[in-house]
Amino acid sequence: MITKMNHVSVFVLNQESAYDFYVNKLGFKVHTDAPMGPGMRWLTVCPPEQPDLEISLMSIDEGMMFTKESAQAMRDLVSKGTFGFGVFECDNLLVTYEELKAKGVEFTKAPTQEFYGFEALFKDDSGNWFSLGQKG
Amino acid sequence: MSGTQYPKIYLYRRIVYAKLFIDAHFAERIDLNNIADEAFFSKYHFIRLFHSVYNKTPHQYLSFVRIEQAKALLRTEISVANACYAVGFESVTSFTGLFKRLAGQTPAAYQLAQRQRQAEIAKAPLKFIPNCFAEKKGWLQLPV
Repeated sequence: MITKMNHVSVFVLNQESAYDFYVNKLGFKVHTDAPMGPGMRWLTVCPPEQPDLEISLMSIDEGMMFTKESAQAMRDLVSKGTFGFGVFECDNLLVTYEELKAKGVEFTKAPTQEFYGFEALFKDDSGNWFSLGQKG
Repeated sequence: MSGTQYPKIYLYRRIVYAKLFIDAHFAERIDLNNIADEAFFSKYHFIRLFHSVYNKTPHQYLSFVRIEQAKALLRTEISVANACYAVGFESVTSFTGLFKRLAGQTPAAYQLAQRQRQAEIAKAPLKFIPNCFAEKKGWLQLPV
């Protein structure tokens, strides 16, 4: 029986810039930051109240995962905002929206009451988008 | 957003800026009365509203930010005393007491545990990376 998810990957264009976005803007905690050789780094972050879900900020490099062409195609798709990776949750959406906006986070949808809940949409520094909903 | 939410947003915005002020100036001598003044609230109203939004009073939030920043510093080579002063405390005793209450261990114990973890990551990073990712990244030849 599967009980929970503990790792998920988000492909980013630049890990250093993603570190700044996820840690300094979103307020996530660094779980593991390990240099893996020249130009390579294993970097995972967690939402502040979810220390057992590691979000791996994966660079898109030519190698075993991507051919040169695939890496370029993936980078293009990410930067075009193709991928939506998930839904984050907060206690108070209006407050969190105001705070993240003040920190320079780009929202593509202001807090809106939908039939399924109160939500906003924002993009990370690479172009990946997330929904942000209010708990309850 | 409906028009009726705008007054609420205006109010929230002032609380958010007070919080961001604490985030930016936690290491300084912050007079929380001044923050209330800047946000155009009475002190009582400010504390009540801040708590309703962040589940902490401004004072509790300031302490929380200082301890979180101290944790980040303690992951480097800094001494406990210097970390204490760098985040705005004037007494190592009160810093240590608060740190222990919020982090569950003393600053020295926290620093030791973090150093041991960092050394372990440096020595055998693959212990911290799911094998499937390491394989896809071509890292399996590294020491375990």
